[in-house]
Amino acid sequence: MTEVLDRPVETPDHGHEQHHGPTGILKWLTTTDHKIIGLSYTVTSVMMLVIGGAFAELIRAQLTTPNGTLVSLAQYNELFTMHGSVMIYLFAGPFAFGGLANIIVPIQIGAPDMAFPRLNALSYWLYLMGSITMLSGFFTAGGAANFGWVGYAPLSSSINTPGAGADLWIGGLLLTGFSAIFTGVNLCATIFYLRAPGMTMFRMPIFTWNMLVTAILILLAFPVLTAGLIMLYADRHFGTHIYSVAGGGVPVLWQHIFWFWGHPEVYILALPFFGMATEIIPVFSKKPVFGYKGMIFATLSIAALSLGVWAHHMFTTGVVLLPFFSIMSLLIAVPTGIKIFNWIGTMWRGQIWFSTAMLMAIGFLLTFLIGGLTGIYLASPPLDFFTHDTYFVIAHFHSVVMALVLAGMGGLYYWGPKVTGYLLNERIGKIQFWFLFIGTQVFTLPLYLLGLRGMPRRMAVYPHDPQWKFLNDLSTVGAVLIGVSTLLFVVNIIVSWKKYPAGDNPWDGHTLEWFTTSPPPHHNFYRLPQIRSERPTWDHNHPEHKAVPHGKHAEVTP
Amino acid sequence: MKVEAKILLTLGVFFGAMCAVYWNWSLENAGGVMMFAGMLLCFLPGLYYYWWSRRMKARPEDDPHATQSEGAGVVGAFPGTSIWPFTLGMGAFFVVLALVFGIWFMIPGLGLVAWAVLGGTAEGRRGGRV
Repeated sequence: MTEVLDRPVETPDHGHEQHHGPTGILKWLTTTDHKIIGLSYTVTSVMMLVIGGAFAELIRAQLTTPNGTLVSLAQYNELFTMHGSVMIYLFAGPFAFGGLANIIVPIQIGAPDMAFPRLNALSYWLYLMGSITMLSGFFTAGGAANFGWVGYAPLSSSINTPGAGADLWIGGLLLTGFSAIFTGVNLCATIFYLRAPGMTMFRMPIFTWNMLVTAILILLAFPVLTAGLIMLYADRHFGTHIYSVAGGGVPVLWQHIFWFWGHPEVYILALPFFGMATEIIPVFSKKPVFGYKGMIFATLSIAALSLGVWAHHMFTTGVVLLPFFSIMSLLIAVPTGIKIFNWIGTMWRGQIWFSTAMLMAIGFLLTFLIGGLTGIYLASPPLDFFTHDTYFVIAHFHSVVMALVLAGMGGLYYWGPKVTGYLLNERIGKIQFWFLFIGTQVFTLPLYLLGLRGMPRRMAVYPHDPQWKFLNDLSTVGAVLIGVSTLLFVVNIIVSWKKYPAGDNPWDGHTLEWFTTSPPPHHNFYRLPQIRSERPTWDHNHPEHKAVPHGKHAEVTP
Repeated sequence: MKVEAKILLTLGVFFGAMCAVYWNWSLENAGGVMMFAGMLLCFLPGLYYYWWSRRMKARPEDDPHATQSEGAGVVGAFPGTSIWPFTLGMGAFFVVLALVFGIWFMIPGLGLVAWAVLGGTAEGRRGGRV
């Protein structure tokens, strides 16, 4: 029966704890509970991380020798295409806005569920079916899509890339695209309409703020990609010539459309992970976040600018306005710098607890700094012309995305106990962190040098150059270390399975999710505290150290 | 509600300004159209929220001094469980397979979509199953 829900007031026995419903697989198929849907998203996307990671290990193994024969040239094309596609479309985004955001955002704002629970469930099923569709290309006669994760026209035309694999890639992207759009609608509606009394916009946790901005970006960017994909499909099968010169079309239009989605997508991927780090760092520094409003306006500025920088991916096409896109891209460094300053400011003179989650967040900060700074180089057309399509670009965005993986792992260690009720083993977690952090640097740093020494991306074989081979070998060692870290995470889950009960608030957290039980009950709360700052749980648990309202100074008492 | 409106309207104004500069400077249409559409997409809900924010009392979630009891009462209707999202998702899956492997996949695809739309609507009217 649809439940018409009253908001919980300070009555512990309010009574939504008894929720009877289907069990087992029927529960999974029919659930509309945001926590179960979020958990399904998380498990599926981590499986995608493992699959995409396996493709990466194969790519790195192929490149350990100049004339690698582990896979054929055609298989290599499929591998790098599907590695990028799986990681970008099926792991990073869905993990953040489908997984952790789905679970955490409603609880952080004191809501009983997402605003549209059935739409939320539909989003997951579209995502799962889209993932299966895209990966099933490997089981077709011609193999999976092999034109790179960007699907550039005219390489992606039916003449240059015939076969079902490319169509399954387009179909899978359409399904996951709609899934993302529906999640964006749901997040916006939930944050705008289901906040608890007193939870004003400028008291929302930074993670929720970042998810709101991410949702707005999703709604601005994903429909453009969907339209572009429909036109690509029409070119392939209905005889249109939107992207082909032969019929009067414009191939570079695909690049405009793709990157108009693709660059905001970088921030759709990044902002949730920025939010995770911004939740972890204050809690484990025992301080409120430094520059709360500055963080919010920096996030909004990044989102606004991100819609005007798409063609910095297209500098070498020769048909884009270089000064405009260069200036806009360089401007993004300002709000990003503010964020890094605030993260450091939050840790400054804090009582830092080096838990696994905190180590992951610090690892994220350092790795993202490397990726961000090299992004500034690439925003400059003269440098971009020199490094375009080389391993320098690969190194830059792998520094960025591996930073996000570090933050994501931090998020799992931080919020995992809230979702499951059990802690993960900290010792194994810390070993995992060092493998992941060191592996990331050993994997990415040689790629910068490889790029500067001229090695192009997407090559299955390369000339016999001892320097290139050494750097490739080093990078492969890093990739293996990252693979070991992923295995350690799986081992940790097995070792820690229902072993270390977490309690409701194991980290002395600040935000509302730490006020409820672990795992939270059906519809999340038995009661809610008064909300007078962005740290309501901290205020409730530490009345002697209540947060000071923004813009006011604490009274100094002798 | 005012903050929500201000965020969306500010983003819309920024995209409008960016669009004007870019379109005049580059004379490139695709990007100009996309930024213009981005501006409209921000103005549409932004103006709606702005209109309402001037006509309604501050909600408990907009009031910094609100107590939990001020938010007591009905929050909304939340379906318990429902098979229809899964059915609709499977329908969409078959429709996409029809684009790749043959039009006959449309039969189960559109069938499931229609079934899910009817079932979901009926469920919304009478209440879902728990």
